[in-house]
Amino acid sequence: MLKVRNLHAYYGKSHILQGVDFSVEEGEIVSLLGRNGVGRSTTVKAIMGEVAPQGSILFKGEEIAGKPSFEIAHRGLGYVPENRDIFPTLTVRQNLLLGIKSGQVQGRWTIDEMFDMFPNLAERADVHGGVLSGGEQQMLCMCRTLMGDPDMIMIDEPTEGLAPKIVEQVGDLLEEIASRGVAILLVEQKLSVALRISHRLFVMGHGRIVYEGTPDSLMQSDDIRAEWLEV
Amino acid sequence: MLEVFIFSTLNGLVTGLLLFMLASGLTLIFSMMGVLNFAHASFYMLGAYFAYSISLHLGFWMGLIFAPLIVGILGAVVERFALRRVHAHGHVAELVFTFGLAFLIEEAVQFFWGPDTKNYQSPDILDFPLFTLFGQEFSAYRGFMIAISVGIFIGLYYVLTRSRIGIIIQAAITHPHTVANLGHNVPFIFMGVFGVGTALAGVAGVIAGPVLTTFPGMAVVLGSIVFVIVVIGGLGSLGGAFIASLLIGLLQSYAIASNVGMPDLLNLVGLEFSRDHPLTDLWTLTLPQIAPILPFLLLVLVLIFRPTGIAGKREQ
Repeated sequence: MLKVRNLHAYYGKSHILQGVDFSVEEGEIVSLLGRNGVGRSTTVKAIMGEVAPQGSILFKGEEIAGKPSFEIAHRGLGYVPENRDIFPTLTVRQNLLLGIKSGQVQGRWTIDEMFDMFPNLAERADVHGGVLSGGEQQMLCMCRTLMGDPDMIMIDEPTEGLAPKIVEQVGDLLEEIASRGVAILLVEQKLSVALRISHRLFVMGHGRIVYEGTPDSLMQSDDIRAEWLEV
Repeated sequence: MLEVFIFSTLNGLVTGLLLFMLASGLTLIFSMMGVLNFAHASFYMLGAYFAYSISLHLGFWMGLIFAPLIVGILGAVVERFALRRVHAHGHVAELVFTFGLAFLIEEAVQFFWGPDTKNYQSPDILDFPLFTLFGQEFSAYRGFMIAISVGIFIGLYYVLTRSRIGIIIQAAITHPHTVANLGHNVPFIFMGVFGVGTALAGVAGVIAGPVLTTFPGMAVVLGSIVFVIVVIGGLGSLGGAFIASLLIGLLQSYAIASNVGMPDLLNLVGLEFSRDHPLTDLWTLTLPQIAPILPFLLLVLVLIFRPTGIAGKREQ
C-alpha cells in the first residue's frame, strides 16, 4: 500500500528526516513511535506533501513524492493532522460534508453510519465544530477524513490531550476502520494504544527508523524501549 | 420632505447595492489572499466597456450576460498566471502588482476605446418610469439595478452559506492546508473565487455604466469608495461590506438631498459670521458640498474608534 524509501526532509537548514524507510500493507495498522522531535510528524507531512520530500514514496505502486496534497488525497491517502483542524464556524454536519471529495462515488462510509458510530456527534450535528470537546473534535476529524473513502489514513497523535476513556474509544474506532480494509499509519507517543491495536511498529530516532517489530517483540526489547521511547 | 426622504432612500439603495457588488468581490478576495486588490475597480470599468461594445452589436442584454463572463475569465487568468506567482514574493509585491495592473487596465481602456465618454445606453424596454410619487418619477432602470443587486446578494449568500462549494470556500479561506488534505484543489478554488469576484465587479460595471457614465476615470471614482467600504465593514467580512455599502450609499444620498449648511448649524448655537469674514467659504459650506468626502470622514472615524470595522475580527 505505502512504501517509503530513503525519505529526507528539511526545515530550512535543519536536516529533519535522514533516510526514513518503512512500509504499510493493505488493511494493516502500523504505528510510528518515538520521542518528541524525532521526525514522526514530519514524516507524515512529507508523505502528504506539506513538507517538501526527497526520496521515494510509493502509494498503491505509484510515486507520490512531491505531488500536491489534494492530488495525494484523491489517490486515496487520508490524513488526520495533529492539531485536528476542525472548521470551528461550520457545523458538525458541514465538517463531515467537507470530507467528501468532488466527483466521489458512494464510499465505504456514510454520514448516517458516522452518526450511528458516534451518537455524540449525531446529537450535535447542527452545532458549530468549535464548541465540541477535544475528544469529540478528534472523532469528528477522523470521521471527516473517512468520508473521503480513503484506502489508507495517517493519523498524527490522535490521543493527545484526551481522557483515558476517550483514548480507549479512539483505539476501538481505529480497529473498526482497519476491519473495513483501510490501512492505518498511527503516529503515537502513547505506547498503550499502539501496543494494543498495531500489527507492526516502527520506532524513530534522530530522523530515521531505529527499530521495526511487532507489539510482542517490542515489549520484550527493554533496551529499545529504554533508549528510544521511555522518558 | 417625505418625498425627498423616500427618493433619497431609493437612490441611496441603488448606490449602496451597486457598491456592494464591488465590495463583496473585493472583500472575498481579501479573505483569500490577505491583500487588497487595487485593480478591483478596474474590472468594474472593463465590465462597463465590454458591455458597451457588445451592446452596439448585440444589444444591452447580451452585454449583461457576456461582459461579466469575459471579465471573470480575465480575472481568473490574472490570478492563475500572474498573481499566484507574485503571491510567492509576499504581500508588498502583490500590492505593487495590483497597483500596476490598475494603471495598465486604465491605459488599455484609453488605448482601445479612447479617452471620451461612451454613449452607453440603458435598454429601451426599461426606459419608462417604474412609479410616480409626489409628481416625481423613479425610473424602471433604477428599479432593475436594485433587483439585480438584491438577486446577486441573495445568490451569493445562498452559495456561500448553504451550498457545498460555499462550505469548501469558507473552509479554504481559513484552513487552506486542511482543505487540500481532504482532496480539494485549493489553488483552483482561489482562482474561481477571484474570477467570480471580478465577474461581480463586471456586473456592477455593466449596470452602472449607463447611469454613472462610461469613461476611463470611472474606476478611480468608485474604486476609492469601495476600499473605504471594505475597511468600514471589516476586512474580509461579507456581512460588514453589505452594511457599510448601504450606509455609505444612503449617507451620500441623504447628504446630497439635504439643504442643511454650516450657517444653519451656527445659527442654532447663536453664531453668525459676516459675508466679508476671511473664512466665509468655510462658514457657508453646505452638506451637499461635503457629501463626496463623507465616506472618507467616516473611514477616519472608524479607524480611530473601531479599527477592525463593523464586523471585522482583530488579528490574533
